[in-house]
Amino acid sequence: MNILKRLVLFAVVLAMATFAVQAGNFDYQLQAQKVAKDTYVFVGKTEDFSFENGGNIVNTGFIVTTAGVIVIDTGPSLRYGKQMKSAIASVTDKSINRVYLTHHHPDHFLGNLAFEGTPIYALSTTAENIKNEGAGFADNLYLMVGDWMRGTDSFQPTKIAKAGRVLLGGHDIEILSYSGHTSGDMAILDNTTGVLFSGDLIFHKRTLTTPHANIDKWLATIDSLNKLPFKVLVPGHGPISRDKTALSGMSSYLRWLDKTLEKAAKKGLSMTETMRLDLPQSFASNSLLKQEFSRSVVHLFPSYESRVFKRVN
Amino acid sequence: MKRILIVLCTLTFCTLSVADDLPSDPLGSVQWNDMYNAFLKGHPAVFDKRVKVLAAGYAEDPMNVPVTVDASELENVEQLVIFADFNPIPLIAKYYPTDAKPSLSFRFKIQQASPVRAAALVDGVWHVGSLWINTAGGGCTVASVGRMVGDWSDYLGDTYGKRWSGKKTSRVRLLIHHPMDTGLVEGIPEFYIQDLEFFDEADHELARIELFEPINENPTLGFEFNNTEASSVIFMMGADNNGNEFEARFAQ
Repeated sequence: MNILKRLVLFAVVLAMATFAVQAGNFDYQLQAQKVAKDTYVFVGKTEDFSFENGGNIVNTGFIVTTAGVIVIDTGPSLRYGKQMKSAIASVTDKSINRVYLTHHHPDHFLGNLAFEGTPIYALSTTAENIKNEGAGFADNLYLMVGDWMRGTDSFQPTKIAKAGRVLLGGHDIEILSYSGHTSGDMAILDNTTGVLFSGDLIFHKRTLTTPHANIDKWLATIDSLNKLPFKVLVPGHGPISRDKTALSGMSSYLRWLDKTLEKAAKKGLSMTETMRLDLPQSFASNSLLKQEFSRSVVHLFPSYESRVFKRVN
Repeated sequence: MKRILIVLCTLTFCTLSVADDLPSDPLGSVQWNDMYNAFLKGHPAVFDKRVKVLAAGYAEDPMNVPVTVDASELENVEQLVIFADFNPIPLIAKYYPTDAKPSLSFRFKIQQASPVRAAALVDGVWHVGSLWINTAGGGCTVASVGRMVGDWSDYLGDTYGKRWSGKKTSRVRLLIHHPMDTGLVEGIPEFYIQDLEFFDEADHELARIELFEPINENPTLGFEFNNTEASSVIFMMGADNNGNEFEARFAQ
């Protein structure tokens, strides 16, 4: 009896000790990658959320100006936001002037709490979306990445950003207001360096996600982005590039997605049958193709179905 | 401690004695024996890969999890019973494909990660197919969109759909506006479509389905009926648990 009790106790202690070792190691290993003068990016993995990556699947960045640092997106968790701040401090001793949020998805704003006290700017639609969906996103991420999320809460942006030019510490920054990936997508063009932070309007070598997407608007937005005089493109997910191939890749996938779902609905396929369609080889180099296509079917198929169905009563 | 051990042993013993010849669950769900007793008792069960449960392994939208069940590799399927072990209300649908392929597409609400199973009754034996679906959860205890917007009654029973006629079978897909309330949300009693029946112009039954609370809001269903001499028009009739009746017709 006593032996059994001791064994149980030992197992519990062992489990706790193992857990404590892991818990001490919630390090995102953020390395600021310089992409242009004064401009740095923390490049995330092109994976889905997991207990291993802690939600570091996103690109965030910062611009060092003489008036202070401009931070673009705060990452998936409080821990990420804090680690981002210390990684920034290892590059510059300038204080943080402001934060811009590109849109309301959890991997882009749940680090906000780490920047409490600094102005956090978002488009009005984004602020509204965070108010409505932020807490739900946070709950969901706790389930998907676990203790990396400790202390994380949905924290509202404190300022509404308007489209237009902002001259700040020697940088001529253009705030661009679009939609398509969500109902409020901000892109930031630094005219001084030619760097475009596209947020999730652009996924590069990683299949795009559609939980709040409008394909027609998204395609129109990509046409607009194409006309911008940028030299360096920082996508929301995937590698940084210096040409426009990421844009044409996005457009062709979106057009294919639209056609495929339309055809499937017209043929009378169910959602599960549509998910199992063969996917073109040309998109195979984008990570998570099958998984994201299947998610997009869930997000988008009902609207294609409703265009095919007729009133029958 | 000793007491716990005794309880554990007794529990194991009970489970074993109830489950006499019940094959062990390939998915290892602790609910399998209870599910068998609740929905399949009366006939022996075997796990059979020919009964396919097709779905994504992760439920992107727990309120609308799309599933296709296909037992058409088996002949003479009298009934398909579909359930999710860990849902607060496990039973999803019972399908009787009288003159139809034993296959069905539907969407349902999932509360937590769970096996989803389809059991096909053939000559007095349940042939069971299963699939684990993971989810962030919460699908059954969230109010329907129509309840939250408050306009569900404006559209109640409005039915949309289409028929695709092939040589031997006709596929019918349809959507019926209905809140499909589970009764698990405080202050909103259960309110769901219970039966739908499909028949041809000669009044010959093609198939019948019983739906239960976990079916999604505005049920979206897909069937494959055998073509009959009189099936140039396929009729649907049904009712919910409040006595509202539903009708639709699908011409060729």
